[in-house]
Amino acid sequence: MKGRLIILTLCGLLALPAARAAMPEIQHWTTANGTRVYFVATSVLPIVDLSLVFDAGAARDGNKPGLATLTSRLLTDGTTEFDAGAIARRFERYGARVATNNSRDTARLTVRSLSASENLRPTLEHLIKVLNHPTFPAAALERRRAQALIGLRQAQQSPSRVAERAFAEALFGDHPYANLPHGSISGVQAITRDDVLAFHDRYYVAANAIIAIVGDLQRPQAESIATRLAQALKRGSAAPALPPVPDLKKAKIVRRPFDSSQTHILIGEPTISRNNPDYIPLYVANHVLGGSGMVSVLADEMRAQRGLSYSTSSTLITAAQRGWFELASSVRNDRLGESLRVLRNILQHYAAAGPGRQRLAAAKRNITGSFPLRLDSNQDILAHMVMIGFYRLPLDYLQAFPKRVEAVSQPQTQQAFQAHVDSSHTVTVLVGPKAVIGDVSAD
Amino acid sequence: MTRTAAIMLLASLLLWGAARASNGDSAPHAEQWPASEYRLDNGMRIIVREDHRAPVAVSQVWYHVGSSYEQLGRTGISHLLEHMMFKGTAKHPPGELLRIIARNGGRQNAMTGRDFTVYFQQMAADRLEIAFRLEADRMQNLILDAQELAKERQVVMEERRMRVTDQPRRRFGEHFNTIAYPASPYAWPGLGWQADLEAITLTDLRGWYTQWYAPGNALLVVVGDVHPERVVRLAKATFGKVPARATTHPHRANYLQAPGERRLVMHSKDAKVPYVLLGYQLPSAATAQQRDEVYALMVLASILDGGKGARLSQELVRDQRIAASAGAGYSAVARLDSLFVLDAVPSNAEVATDPLVKALREQVQRLQIELVDTETLERAKNLLLADHLYQLDSMFYQAMQIGMLETAGVDWHMLELYPAEIRAVSAANVQAVARKYLVPSRLTVGILLPQTPPNDETQTGHGEGQS
Repeated sequence: MKGRLIILTLCGLLALPAARAAMPEIQHWTTANGTRVYFVATSVLPIVDLSLVFDAGAARDGNKPGLATLTSRLLTDGTTEFDAGAIARRFERYGARVATNNSRDTARLTVRSLSASENLRPTLEHLIKVLNHPTFPAAALERRRAQALIGLRQAQQSPSRVAERAFAEALFGDHPYANLPHGSISGVQAITRDDVLAFHDRYYVAANAIIAIVGDLQRPQAESIATRLAQALKRGSAAPALPPVPDLKKAKIVRRPFDSSQTHILIGEPTISRNNPDYIPLYVANHVLGGSGMVSVLADEMRAQRGLSYSTSSTLITAAQRGWFELASSVRNDRLGESLRVLRNILQHYAAAGPGRQRLAAAKRNITGSFPLRLDSNQDILAHMVMIGFYRLPLDYLQAFPKRVEAVSQPQTQQAFQAHVDSSHTVTVLVGPKAVIGDVSAD
Repeated sequence: MTRTAAIMLLASLLLWGAARASNGDSAPHAEQWPASEYRLDNGMRIIVREDHRAPVAVSQVWYHVGSSYEQLGRTGISHLLEHMMFKGTAKHPPGELLRIIARNGGRQNAMTGRDFTVYFQQMAADRLEIAFRLEADRMQNLILDAQELAKERQVVMEERRMRVTDQPRRRFGEHFNTIAYPASPYAWPGLGWQADLEAITLTDLRGWYTQWYAPGNALLVVVGDVHPERVVRLAKATFGKVPARATTHPHRANYLQAPGERRLVMHSKDAKVPYVLLGYQLPSAATAQQRDEVYALMVLASILDGGKGARLSQELVRDQRIAASAGAGYSAVARLDSLFVLDAVPSNAEVATDPLVKALREQVQRLQIELVDTETLERAKNLLLADHLYQLDSMFYQAMQIGMLETAGVDWHMLELYPAEIRAVSAANVQAVARKYLVPSRLTVGILLPQTPPNDETQTGHGEGQS
């Protein structure tokens, strides 16, 4: 029995032999039809993880927000040979896990398989067929549309999701980054099958894709896999660069009434792209401010010192175009005024003075010391390969990162923060009961 | 300190599980899942698993205490104490503990579940000793201070508002558990009831700390680039110095195994989308008399919801088109009787919930009436077996598996038996557990309804600015 054979290949490999890699060595090449490939060989676990990443995220939605995500979900919903259920069952029969993820910049298809050839070979054959002959059945579109609409309705139940949407709109205005990956109700309602076909035809092409593979494979196998996957796609061309993200002209406050027991606060503005020379100093500055969990300035002031909030943090998000700074907190309604005063004081003080020397030294030790933790699993390594590949970072980015952090000085962090997080231009989003959020002023 | 591992039944996170072979002679052979075990003189247990893929390690200190050890009136005390465990000792003032781990390149946090409280650090493997020293210190020298409690009580209430009060689905889950577990401490939330959170005193917390935080009630799990002998040496020098103390063990009984069919209909003004949840109360890996039944229930869950190709997605989502999503899961890793759950979200807000409940119950009936075909059975098992291997990719999760099993009262060696036990499950086994356990007398049907069904985005209001 075929089934029995497959199961047997799973036996006896649960012990983990010694094979410690200090830092993953990324191999890189480009296929004949223009797909960039990134590969890390790790032989410890009998598994293979691979991602196909297209420059086909929500930023490519055009005037139908939700188109990119819907297309990516429909990719595995029908071929000339199989319907959605048959496609899924064929992967599952071999123990493979398939997932799609969508961000503003990317559409990502990820497959996790056992590396034994009885499993990996049929999984890849199947994947190639799916990529080669997707049919985007009309019935599947209607089902996916209904699912997407339910998802958007569910998001309206969550004050943090409502805040996220208001924040994106206020930050990016007419820029494509204003589109969240899930799109909008009106956008999803308007999508036609022709839209999906055209989107797929334009963006799901070899020259607009990268492939990342990590796992129990040799280079020749990885080359053959990448070549066959890329050949399953039309050659096409890379997507054009996105328009630049405009600056915000002045500070703005956006209120969304919501009958919740907490008020959700988001404060932020567009900042810099990853290849800006200020990126590393700004990253370190944010780490001290709100990117280091319970020891960060924000968590310490809001939670440990005052008990105002369970969760307050800040993030520096990077993207193909300029990234953005986002401070997120949720506080009890009767302390909103006090919370906003504390947050604004911290931001102003931080822009003026930057991190204290002790905190900066501790943060640098934390970032460099915890760096191996970011690369301790195949999935973590894969995520970093996708980042390096998609954003065309140097192949030695991981090796260089701790050294670059080490080299950052206090004045650099302070200047970077002052230059790129200017509190006179920030957007503040408040989601909470009308009577609570109506009271507070914009400054 | 913060994520309450509220092991919510809504997510069927834990389909892997645990049980010994039920009959000695024909016991399926164990696969190697090597780990070393020790016990310090003061009673503290240690389990070490080597994983040398990266120069890092995870260290977890597990206490056999969680919300199921609590009593009404003081629910949430385990979780509140978990928060207070970060407030310091004479040697390490408030905040110091966090800063020491951070500047040593570590991550740390803690979780409170129904059956456990766990504190963990992830660090470079050569810095384990730092983590051990801090944990050994707060195991015996915690300072519980009134002012710190006043602030932290507020923090926990904010946590509750964020995670539950403002999340209709989670709030519904809380209501559901009170009915699905009519005579079990799993009835109350891990975060505790709000009124109890307000009532817990410093004296209560001191008592809880003294009662449960003792080496004989603790388990150290280390996974990573370590050698067991060195871990034990470090543990002796740190945890080994904590004086032994007698610990009590809670009465562990299961009441009302088949209480009768119950129904919860909850209207929520915040919910925009209906939701149905079915839960059958049944044995866990710890309480099952016949442990092969536990594996059969895991396979049964995989038949229904192993992936998007499985029955619930195929039939409810794609064929009948009544559900946007549908799932099933069995929380096998629990100290007391647990739940097998099925859930579904309607494919649009106008679909009534009764047909969804009916469709889910028909799936159960089908498993009772007809033997599952070989292709479906093999696929369901292959997914469980593959997932078991995929889980080895995360050191943290390996440690979690060991600790969750042990604090549920199940020997971690189950992880070795798991693949053979899953392979041994037959179509007849699946049918037998469906007939025995997925019966109305064990069932709670829960339905969450929006107060007013939304028709269009202008009516639902928030957040949509596109139209």
